[in-house]
Amino acid sequence: MVSAPVQAAPPVQAPARARRLPRWVVPVAGVVAGVALYVLFRGRAVLPHDDDATLFHWLNDARDWVDANRNSNPIFLYVVNYLRLGASEVFALIQGALVALGWPGLVGLAAGLGWLAGGWRIAVVSLVGFAGLGVLGFWEASVETLALTLSAVVLSLLFGIPLGIWAGRSPRVRRIVTPVLDVMQIMPTFSYLSPMVLLFLIGSASSTIATMIYAMPPAIRITALAIERVSGVTVEASESLGATGWQTLRKVRLPLALNTIMLGVNQTIAAALSMVPLTALIAAPGLGEDLLRALARVNVGAALVPGVAIVLIAIVLDRMTRAAAQRRDGGSRARAVRWGGFAVLTAAGLALTPVLAQEFPEQWQVQVIRPINDVADWIEAHWYTFTGFLNDTVAYGFLNPLQDLLTSAPWWLVTAAVLVFAWRVSGPAAGLVAAVCLLGVAALGLWEHGMETLTMVLVGSVITIAAGLALGVAAARSRWFAAVLRPLLDAAQTMPSFSYLLPAVALFGNGRFTAIMAAFIYAVPVVARVVEDGLRAVPGTVMEAARSTGSTDRQLLWKVQLPMARGSLLLAANQGIVMTLAMVVIGALVGAGALGYDVVAGFAQQEDYGKGLAAGVALVLLGVMLDRITQGANGRRSPHKKRNA
Amino acid sequence: MGTAAIEVRGLWKIFGPKADRIIGSPDAELEPAQLRAKTGCTAAVRDVSFEVRPGEVFVVMGLSGSGKSTLVRCLTRLIEPTAGELRIDGQDVRAMSAKQLRELRRHRVSMVFQHFGLLPHRKVVDNIAYGLEIQGVGKAERHEKARRILSLVGLEGHEDSYPEQLSGGMQQRVGLARALAVDPEVLLFDEPFSALDPLIRRDMQAEVIRLHREVGKTMVFITHDLSEALKLGERIAIMRAGAIVQVGTPEELVGAPADEYVADFVRDVPRAQVLSLRWISRAPEPGEPLDGPELPAGTVIHDAVPAAMASDRPIRVVADGELVGVVSRVDILGAVRPETERVVVTAPAETAEARTRGGAAVASAGASGEA
Repeated sequence: MVSAPVQAAPPVQAPARARRLPRWVVPVAGVVAGVALYVLFRGRAVLPHDDDATLFHWLNDARDWVDANRNSNPIFLYVVNYLRLGASEVFALIQGALVALGWPGLVGLAAGLGWLAGGWRIAVVSLVGFAGLGVLGFWEASVETLALTLSAVVLSLLFGIPLGIWAGRSPRVRRIVTPVLDVMQIMPTFSYLSPMVLLFLIGSASSTIATMIYAMPPAIRITALAIERVSGVTVEASESLGATGWQTLRKVRLPLALNTIMLGVNQTIAAALSMVPLTALIAAPGLGEDLLRALARVNVGAALVPGVAIVLIAIVLDRMTRAAAQRRDGGSRARAVRWGGFAVLTAAGLALTPVLAQEFPEQWQVQVIRPINDVADWIEAHWYTFTGFLNDTVAYGFLNPLQDLLTSAPWWLVTAAVLVFAWRVSGPAAGLVAAVCLLGVAALGLWEHGMETLTMVLVGSVITIAAGLALGVAAARSRWFAAVLRPLLDAAQTMPSFSYLLPAVALFGNGRFTAIMAAFIYAVPVVARVVEDGLRAVPGTVMEAARSTGSTDRQLLWKVQLPMARGSLLLAANQGIVMTLAMVVIGALVGAGALGYDVVAGFAQQEDYGKGLAAGVALVLLGVMLDRITQGANGRRSPHKKRNA
Repeated sequence: MGTAAIEVRGLWKIFGPKADRIIGSPDAELEPAQLRAKTGCTAAVRDVSFEVRPGEVFVVMGLSGSGKSTLVRCLTRLIEPTAGELRIDGQDVRAMSAKQLRELRRHRVSMVFQHFGLLPHRKVVDNIAYGLEIQGVGKAERHEKARRILSLVGLEGHEDSYPEQLSGGMQQRVGLARALAVDPEVLLFDEPFSALDPLIRRDMQAEVIRLHREVGKTMVFITHDLSEALKLGERIAIMRAGAIVQVGTPEELVGAPADEYVADFVRDVPRAQVLSLRWISRAPEPGEPLDGPELPAGTVIHDAVPAAMASDRPIRVVADGELVGVVSRVDILGAVRPETERVVVTAPAETAEARTRGGAAVASAGASGEA
C-alpha cells in the first residue's frame, strides 16, 4: 500500500515526521477493533423492539391527560385553543373565498395573477394548470389543498418575514435563530405531526399550523439574507441624507431585497406543498386524503391522479412566484398593461362563473385512473424480471446484511462506532452530539426500528450520492449535458416531496426498495446541482493555470476541481443524506416500515399514539445525528488551511 | 474660531472592544499595527485636528487604510467618533441628539460616495429627489427641484433612466446631484472619482471646480490621488496611519514637505507647475543686471518660461511693488528639471507671512507634524 520512503537527503522536519505512523494505520486499526468486538459480542446487548415499552404507555397517559384537561387547563383554554381557533378561521376564510369565486373565477384569477407576475406565458401556465385540476376530476379537493397551502403560507410569511428582517438587521438575533432553523430544516416532515395532534387535535387547524412551522424557515432565512445583502453603500447614502431607520428600511432595504424575498416566498410555498398532502394523516381535507387512501390500497392510478393535481398546483405557484421574483419595474405604460390584463382576465373568469356553474362540469372531466392502472399492470407483468431483480439485489445484497449487522451488534458498539467516525470526520463536538442522539433513540425504546431506518438511509444515500456525484461532474464538464440536465433538475426541485413515491410505487410495488428509489429520485437532483455548482465555482484563473502546465482533463478534475470543491462535495453529501432520511420516512406510506411506520400507526391507532410520538422524536434525533456527522465536516476547514492558521 | 465651517479638534476613532479606554492611555501613542497586536483595536483616526473655512475646498489625501474615509464619515457621525471635538458652523456635532443629527444630514451636510450608492430600483429623478423625499417634501416640488439640479450637473434628458442604464461617470453625476438637491452648506466627497476611468475622472474634476465656482459650497474632498488633490484643493491635509502629517496649500506641500513621508509623496510632482517664483528667487549677485522683465512673486514658475525666453536678463521678482529677488534662466531650468535627488528648499519667510495674512490658520496637526 505504502512503499517505504526513499530519503536520500531527509528534509528538515523529517525526524518529527518519521515517528508518526502512516495515515492509514489508525483507521484500519479502528475497523479491525470494531470487527473483533462485533464478533465477540454479537447478539449481546441488543435492544429488540417492544411495543409495550413503558415510555410509550407514559406518553399515552400524557395524551389522555391532555385530552381530559383540554377545556379546563388555562394554558389550553387561553392560548392553545385560541391558536387552533385562529388557524381554522384563517383556513375557513381562505377556503370560503376560493369556493365563492367558483371554478371559472378562480381559474381566471390565477391567469390574471400569472399575467401580473410574468406576462402571457405565466398566464397560460396558470390557466392550463388550474383548469387541469378540474379536468382530472379533483377540483374540490384541489381547492381544499390550495386553501390549506395558502393559509399556511400566509401565516408563515406573516411571522417569517418580520422575523427575517429582524434577523437580517441584528447579528445577535441571527445567532439565536440560525441553529433553530437548522434543526427545523433537518426534521423529517412526519415528526411535526404528532405534537400538533396533541396540542391542536386532528383536522385543518393542526394541518395549517404544522405546515406553517414546516414552511417558515425558508421565509425567515431568505428574508434575513436578502436584507443583509443590501448594499452597505446605498444604506449609508440614505443615512447620510438624514433618513430615519424606518425610512431606510421602507425606501431602501425592502425595495432592494424584494426580489430575493419573493424567492423566499417561492421556497415557502414549495415547502408548504410538500407538507400539506401529508397532513391528511391527521385528517386534513384535500388531495392528500385521496392520495393516502389510494396508496394504502396500492392503487397506482388512483394515487397518481391526485398526485399530478398537487404537482400542477406546485408548478403554477412556483412559476408565478419565480416570475414575480425576476420582474423588473417597467415604465408607467407597462404597468398599465400589467394591471389592465390582470383586471380583464379576473373579470372574465368571474363573469363566467354564473354561466358555467360553481361545479366543474362532469363532461369536461377525463377519466385517467383506469388507463394508468392498465399501464401499471402491464409494467408489473412485463418488467418484473428487471424490477424484481433490482429489488432483490438491493434487499438481499445490501439492506438485509446491513440491517442484520446493525441490529445484532451491541448498542454500545454501534454508538462507539458512530462517535469515532463522527469525531474523525467532523471533530469532537459533532461526535458527541451524534453519539448522544443515538443514545436518545435507544432511550426512547426504538433502537431496532431506528437501526432499520438507518439501514435504508445509508443504502439510499450511498446510491444517491454516487449517482449525484457522477451527474454533477458530467454536467460540470460538458456544456450540452448541463443544458439537458438543468431543466430536468429544475422541474424535479419544484415537485412536492411525496410525489416521488408515485413513480417508484408504479415500478416497484410496495416495500423498502420503493422508498429508497423515491429517495433517490428526490435527492439526486439536489446532489447533482450542488456538485456541479461547486465544480463550476472553481476560479477560471486557477483552471487556466493548471491547464497551462499541461494537465489532462482527468488530472484537472482530480487534482484541481474536486479538491477545491471540497466544501460543495461535503454539502452535497449532507443534503443527500438528510433528504434521503426525509423520503425514507415518508416511504412508510408505501410499506417501508421502521420509524416512519410507527409515526403513521400512531395516528391510526389510539393505543399506538405514544409510540408514534416517540418515533417522531427519534426521527429528529437521527436527523440531527446524520446532519452533524456531515455538516461538521463542511464547517471544518481543510487540513491544509488549518496547518497554516 | 467661530468663523470656521468645520472645526475638528483632537478627533479619535478606534474600532474594537473598549476603544474609549485607550484614549489618554500610553497605548494611544502606539503605531496602529502595535496597537492592534496589543489590544485588538484598530485606530483609524488618531488625534486629528483641522479647520475648514466657509467656501473652501479642503482635500484630505492619503493612501488606502490611512483613515481618510473613516474621518469623513466621522464628520456627520455616520461612524461615531471615539473622542474629540467636532463643530460644524459652530455647533457641537457630538452633542447632537439623533433628531438634531438627522436635521444636520438632511439640510446642511451631504455626501458623495465612491461607489455612488444609488437606488437601482428608482429612476434618476427619484434618486436625486431622495433626500428631499425623506425630508417630507411633496412629489411635485421635489421633482421640480430635482430637474433643476439635473441640468446643473449636465444630465438633461436622463431623468427617466434607471441608474444601471448610465455609465459610471453619469451615475456619479446623479450621486452629485442627489447631494446638491438638498442645498447643503457643506459637501463631503469620499473618493468620488476613484472608480471612474481617467478621462471621465478629469471631466468630473472639472465639473467639481465649475460647481464650486457656481454654488460656492464648502467642500471636503477625500482622495488617494495626489494630482487630484493638487488640482482641486485650496488646502490639502496629508494623512498617514490615522494621523494628519501636514496641512498646507499645494505650494507649501511641494515646496516645504514636513517630513520624509510627504516629501516622498510629492517627489514626482512637476515642481515648476506648482511652485511660484517666490520659491526660487534669490538676492541678485553683484554685477547682475537688474533691467530684466518684472513678474509678481506669485507667478507659477512654469508660466515664467516665456518671459525668460524673451530676455536673457534675470527676471525681477516683485511683491507689493518691491523687489524681493531675481530669477535667472538657470534657476528656472533647475526648477523644471526632473528631480533626481531631492533638494530641500527652505520656505522663505514671506510665505509664512502670506499664510497668516490670508487668514489661513495652519492646523495644529500640521505644526505638530513638522515638530
